[in-house]
Amino acid sequence: MSKFRSNGKREMPELNTSSLPDLIFSVLFFFMMVTSMRDVELRVQFTTPSGTEIEKLERKSLVSHIYIGPPTKKERLALGSGTRIQLNDVLYADPSGVRDFVRSERESMYEHDKPFMKMSLKIDTKTQMGIVTDVKQELRKAAALNIVYSATKDKQSY
Amino acid sequence: MGKRKVPQLNQSSTADISFILLIFFLVTTSMDTDTGLSRRLPEWDPEAMEQEVQVKKRNVMTVQVNKDNEVFVKHEKFEGVVEPSQLKDLAKEFIANPENDPSLPALEEYDIPGFKVVITTVKHVISLQTDRVTGYDIYFKVQNELTAAYNELRDAWCKSTFGKGWNDCNDDEKAFAKAMYPSKISEAEPKQYGSGK
Repeated sequence: MSKFRSNGKREMPELNTSSLPDLIFSVLFFFMMVTSMRDVELRVQFTTPSGTEIEKLERKSLVSHIYIGPPTKKERLALGSGTRIQLNDVLYADPSGVRDFVRSERESMYEHDKPFMKMSLKIDTKTQMGIVTDVKQELRKAAALNIVYSATKDKQSY
Repeated sequence: MGKRKVPQLNQSSTADISFILLIFFLVTTSMDTDTGLSRRLPEWDPEAMEQEVQVKKRNVMTVQVNKDNEVFVKHEKFEGVVEPSQLKDLAKEFIANPENDPSLPALEEYDIPGFKVVITTVKHVISLQTDRVTGYDIYFKVQNELTAAYNELRDAWCKSTFGKGWNDCNDDEKAFAKAMYPSKISEAEPKQYGSGK
């Protein structure tokens, strides 16, 4: 019998964790690659409308954003509550900056991507159409013709 | 002096450090994709804009959204204020003209390149007019309803022609359906009518 009985305490073998950091590093690198950091800090607040016929935007690198809405609470003390257009980090009261914005966005793109540039308009639902149309006219003058009215998907169909 | 051995660095905390980095990137990542309604603006061409384009009256459906956010629809067959939810069926009837009504857009033979000759209302135009103080909310709703009308017509056409819905069609078939019912929403400059200025 004693032949089969182990003598002495049996120890649990320790797991080799030396490769754990490498494992986590590879996951980390994956996330670093797919991450696109929010490039601008929002200075206007907006709720985009919702609709039933919404499509997904395919390539993020082609999309530039134009935000239209009232300034955030923090900015309101200095700027009032009138509708503003945010291009990059700057707020405009009129669409005069749109053309320069389009030019600089276009310059930062690859040559073969330029014709496919899309402007995503994130517009607050309470905005009046006047300013929206002015922006659209400026976009036409800047030859940025592909636009997207940013919106969320509406589940219920009416 | 004897040789001194370099002490090994304790690496047990490397995992924790990279964990913290990992969690940081997890939190700041925005995986959400942007969604919305795609539109293509007409080119800016001052010469072409000065020319009046002559369109037959029966081919035009006017959708006006006024300063009080009321939707007014006008074409040869129908005229009146409607709810945005009614717009889809009105637009569908206008675009397709299923009964060949003489007061709706003319049905004409049209050769879809690479497919075949179809009979459709190639020359219809939906003219969307807004006021400068119209709300973006209602404007978007109107755009959504008009898109819904086109999408449903294309879907129905795909079903009757290819025996499958729009979502199951390949790119060529989708292009044919788009040629069959081309999206023709023309937007005029917003007017000041009725705003009292």
